Amino acid sequence: MGMDRRFFLKIAGWSGLGLNGIVKAVTNDENIATEVPKRLAMVIDMRKCREQKDCKDCMLACHRVHNVPEIKNTKHEIKWIWKEPFENAFPSQNHEYISNQEKSTPSIILCNHCDNPPCVSVCPTQATFRRDKDGIVMMDFHRCIGCRYCMVACPYGSRSFNWEEAKPYIKEINFKFPVRTKGVVEKCNFCAERIAKNQIPACVEACKEKAIIFGDLMDPDSEVRKVLSANDTIRRKPHLHTLPNVYYIM
Amino acid sequence: MYDAPKVITGIIIFLLLITSPIWYDISTGKASYVPDPKIKTTAKKCIESTAFMRANHMELLNKWRDDVVRGASRTYKAQDGKEYEKSLTNTCMNCHLSKSEFCVKCHDYAGVKQPKCWNCHNEPNLDSTLKD
Repeated sequence: MGMDRRFFLKIAGWSGLGLNGIVKAVTNDENIATEVPKRLAMVIDMRKCREQKDCKDCMLACHRVHNVPEIKNTKHEIKWIWKEPFENAFPSQNHEYISNQEKSTPSIILCNHCDNPPCVSVCPTQATFRRDKDGIVMMDFHRCIGCRYCMVACPYGSRSFNWEEAKPYIKEINFKFPVRTKGVVEKCNFCAERIAKNQIPACVEACKEKAIIFGDLMDPDSEVRKVLSANDTIRRKPHLHTLPNVYYIM
Repeated sequence: MYDAPKVITGIIIFLLLITSPIWYDISTGKASYVPDPKIKTTAKKCIESTAFMRANHMELLNKWRDDVVRGASRTYKAQDGKEYEKSLTNTCMNCHLSKSEFCVKCHDYAGVKQPKCWNCHNEPNLDSTLKD
C-alpha cells in the first residue's frame, strides 16, 4: 500500500487530536470527587491553663471516652493526654533564666499528629499511618504487632505500650469504643471517631476555659488560624522537622 | 494364618477403637446437636439475607474493619438500600447481643477458630435482657 508523507502526517495529526479528546473525557476532573484535604490542628493556650492549676478535665474526658486504663505503675501506664514539666516538653526552648510562670505550670501534652511523622515511617506493618484527608496520624490496632519501633521513633513520648490487660484498670467502660488488647501500642487519635460524627474532640469539649482550640489549618477562616495569626505560638522540638500540628501559646 | 484368633481379635478391637466417636454419638447423642445461636430483635432480617450473612459475615466484617479504620468510611449501604453504621458493637450487637450466646455457638459447632474481636471490642453487657 502506498502512503505519501503528507497523508501520513495528516492521519497522525488527526489521531493525536482524537486521542487527546478521549484522554480528557476519561480523566474529566468533574467525575473525580475532589475533596480538599484538611489539616486538623490544635492550639493549647497555656495562659488559660495556668489559671486553673489543678484542672484535669481534658485528660479525664479523653481517658473516659477512649477507655484509657489508669495504671499506677509508671512503667506500664497508658497516656493519651497528660501534663509534663516545661523543661521536658520543650527542652529546646528551655534555658537557665526561663520565666517562673512558664516553668511553674506543666504543659498539656498529647500526640502532635505531625505532618512528617517518624512513627509512620518506621512502622513495619503500616499499623500507624497518616490519613491523607485530614492529617490525623491513626493507629490500626488490628495490624499492630507490638514491636514498639514507633515508641522509639516518636520524639514526644506520645505512645504507650499495653504491657498488661487494660480492662481491670478501667473504672467504667465506654461500650461504644473498643479497649486495647495486651501487646499493642496506643496513643491519641485526635478523636477520629468523634470527628466522623461532626463532633469536636473530647478534650476540647471538656475544657471549660476554652484553652484548647481545634480546627482545620487549610481553612483560612477557621478559629485555629485566627488564633495562630493573633498570638505567638511554639511547637515541641521544631528542630526535628516532624512538623507538629499541636501549637502552644505560652 | 498363624495366630488367627489373636489377629482377628486385634483387628476387631482396632476397628472398635477407630469408630468409637460414632458409637459415642449413637449412645449419648451429644455430638449430633444443632447449635441454637440466640438473638434478640424485632427486625425481620439481618442487614443482608441470612444466607448471605452465613456465607459472608467474615468477609463483611473484615471489610468493615478496613473501611472504618483505614478508609474512614463508616456507612454501609445494604442491598435493599438501607444504611447502617459499620460497627460490630454498635450495629451487629444490637441484635446479636452476646458473643457466647451467638458467635461462639456456631464457631464451636463448626470447629472454626474463635475470632479475637472481643479482645478489644466490647459486647454489650446485657445478659439479663437475653434471659427474658
